[in-house]
Amino acid sequence: MSAVSEVTGRYIDLYKENIERLTDLSSPYINSFRQEAIEKFTELGVPTRKDEAYKYTNLNVFFDHEYKSLFMPVESDFAKAEEFRCDVADLDAQGIVLLNGFYPTLNGKLHRFPNGVWIGSLNEAAVKFPELVEKHYARYAQSEKDGLVHLNTAMASDGVFIYVPEGVHVAQPVQVVNLVQADGDIFNQHRNLIIAEKDSEFTLIICDHTLSPGKFLTNAVTEVFVGENSHFDLIRVQNEHNTACKISHTFIHQEKNSVASSNNMTLHGGLIRNSTYHHLGGERAESNSYGLFLGDKFQHIDNFVNVDHAFPNCTSNQLFKGVLDDVATGAFNGRILVRPDAQGTLAYQRNSNILLTDDAKMDTKPQLEIYADDVKCSHGATIGQLDNESLFYLQSRGINKREARLMLMFGFAHEVIQNIKIEALRERMDNLVMQRLRGELSRCASCMVKC
Amino acid sequence: MLVIDNLKVAINGKNILKGISLTVKPGEIHAIMGPNGSGKSTLAAVLAGRELGEVTGGTVTYYGKNLLEMAAEDRAKEGIFLGFQYPIEIPGVSMVNFMKTAVNEHRKHKGLGPLSASDFLKLMREKKELVEIDSKLANRSVNEGFSGGEKKKNEIFQMAMLEPKLAILDETDSGLDIDALRIVANGVNKIKRDDNSFIVITHYQRLLDYIIPDVVHVLYDGRIVKTAGKELALELEEKGYDWIKKEVENNILV
Repeated sequence: MSAVSEVTGRYIDLYKENIERLTDLSSPYINSFRQEAIEKFTELGVPTRKDEAYKYTNLNVFFDHEYKSLFMPVESDFAKAEEFRCDVADLDAQGIVLLNGFYPTLNGKLHRFPNGVWIGSLNEAAVKFPELVEKHYARYAQSEKDGLVHLNTAMASDGVFIYVPEGVHVAQPVQVVNLVQADGDIFNQHRNLIIAEKDSEFTLIICDHTLSPGKFLTNAVTEVFVGENSHFDLIRVQNEHNTACKISHTFIHQEKNSVASSNNMTLHGGLIRNSTYHHLGGERAESNSYGLFLGDKFQHIDNFVNVDHAFPNCTSNQLFKGVLDDVATGAFNGRILVRPDAQGTLAYQRNSNILLTDDAKMDTKPQLEIYADDVKCSHGATIGQLDNESLFYLQSRGINKREARLMLMFGFAHEVIQNIKIEALRERMDNLVMQRLRGELSRCASCMVKC
Repeated sequence: MLVIDNLKVAINGKNILKGISLTVKPGEIHAIMGPNGSGKSTLAAVLAGRELGEVTGGTVTYYGKNLLEMAAEDRAKEGIFLGFQYPIEIPGVSMVNFMKTAVNEHRKHKGLGPLSASDFLKLMREKKELVEIDSKLANRSVNEGFSGGEKKKNEIFQMAMLEPKLAILDETDSGLDIDALRIVANGVNKIKRDDNSFIVITHYQRLLDYIIPDVVHVLYDGRIVKTAGKELALELEEKGYDWIKKEVENNILV
C-alpha cells in the first residue's frame, strides 16, 4: 500500500473518531459495509489530479481543511428545516428536506402513501425493510476507482429512501431539498437509495442549497434501481454559495426496456463535481444524461459521466452545455463503454461550451471504449464564444447588445432545460437560468428560509 | 431621409465600396442591382450597422444624424430595418420572445410602455396574416429548421412587426419560388406607405415585377455606375450586365 496522504489521513482520522457514534446511529446492514469501505478509501485516498477521472479538478482546496466532525442536527434545527418550502409555482411535489444529510426526525421517519409508495429515512428503511435494502444497497455504487464513493459508504448513516412498488405510476414528483446550514465549517455525507420496481413511473427532483455562509463540503451518493419497463427521471438543481463544495455520485442501474434520465442543472456553487453513472443492465434500455452549468468568478464545475452499455440494443444520449464567465473553469468527461455483447448499441454524446472571457477555461474529454462491432456512436465537443452573426441579427432588430447576449446565452441553455418534462419546473428553470445569466441570482428567488 | 455621400468602405484592406452616393426620400423605392461581388450586400450591412470593415471615406446622414456613429440597435430603433440575405438561426430563442423584446425596445425608444401580452399576441396575429406566415412558425425558435422560403417570409414578418421607416431588403428574392416571391412582394406592398422607403437589393428583375421601384441603380465594382427609372431593370434582364461593364471600362479608358 502506498503512503497515505495527509489529506486522506484527515478523513481516516475522522472515521476513527466517529465510528462508534456512527455505528450506534445506524442500522446493522449499513454498518456491515463500513470496514471494507474505509480500507478501500485508505488504499485509494482522496482523488488527486493524477487520477484520470479527476484530472481537471483540484479537490484539495476543499478537502484539505479542518471541518467540524460529523454533525447530528438537533431538534430545533430540524424544526427550522421543516419550515422550508420551495414554492416553485404550480409544482405539485411531495417535499422532503434533508438537513446536513439527515432525514428530519419530526413527524416520523418513514411514510407510506396511499399508492403504496414509501418515502423516508434510509436508516429507518434498513431496519423496516431489510430484504429490500439488502437487495439494492451498495450494489450499484461499485466504483472501484473513486475513493470518495467508498468514503461515503464508510461514514454515511442517513439519507432518503424511496420505494415505488411494481406498476405504480407516481404522478406527483418527489422533491428532496438538501440544506446545509451550520455555524461553522462542516463536512457531511448522505446516502440516498431509490427503488423503482418494474412497470413504474417516477420523477425525483433533488435541490442542493446552502443556507449559511461557512465552508461546506458535501460528499453524497445516490443509488437508483430502475426496474423493467419503468420510467425514471432525476432532476438535480444545484444552487450553493461560493465556499461550498458539492460532490455527488449518482448511480442509475436500469433493467430491460426501461428509460431513465438524469438532468444536472448547476446554477451556482464554489466547486461542483457530478459523477453520473448509467448502467444499462438489460436489453433495449434507454438512458439520457443531461447537464447545464453556469459558472462565474472562481467557480469550478466538473461533470463526469459514465455510460455502461452492458446489454444489446440499448440507447444512450449525453448532452452537457456550459457557460463560463470571469475566471470560472469547467470540465466534462464523458465515457461510453460498449461491452463485447452489447450489439446494436446507439450512443451519442455532445458537449458545447461558451466562454465569455479570455480567462475562463473548459476542459472536455470524450472517452469511447467500444468492444462490440455493430454499434453506432457519435461524440462532439465545442468550446467557443457567442456567435457574432447571431448577435448582429438580434441587434439589427433593435435589441441592445447586453440583452442580445443574454438571449443567446439563454437560447444556448434552453436546449438542456427543454428536456425537463414537468412544465412548472421547466418554466422555473428558464426563469432561474435567466436570472442567473443576468447576475441576479443568489438563491431560488422565492426560497422561504430567511437567514 | 437618407443621404449617402461618397461612401468608401474597405474590408481587410481591400476596397469594396469605392465612393457611393445615393439619396433616398420618404416614400421612395430604390432598387439596387448588379453582378455578384459588386458590393451590394456590403452596402446593406454597413447601413444596418454591421461592423465588418472600415469606413475609409464619405458620410451617411439619416434624418440629419450621422448614421455611421450609431450602434446597430439604435439604427433599428430609429427606423432602419435590414432584411437578411441569409437569416440567422437562433436555437432556443422563441420567435415570440424575440419579437416581444424587439417591439418593446422600439416602444421604449418612443417613450411608450411595453405592450400587454394580449395586445402583443393580437399584433403578432395581424402581421402573420399580412405575410401569410404559418402560425406554427411563430411558436418555434428563430428561423430554426425553417425552409429557405419560410426564413424570407419571416424577415418580412419581422419588418411588418417593427414598421420601419427605411427597409433594406438584401436579396430577399434569392432562393424563392414564384409563390413565395409573390407572398414576400405582397407583404412589402402592404407595408408600403407614403412616408416609408425601401432599398431593394436584387439580382433579378422578376421581384421588380411586383415591387415597382422609383429608381434603379446599378452597382458595379463598388460604385453606382448607372441610375435610371424602372425600365433599366428590364433592360438589364434582357441584356445582362456585360454592356454595363463595357461602358464602365470605356469610361475609365476615356
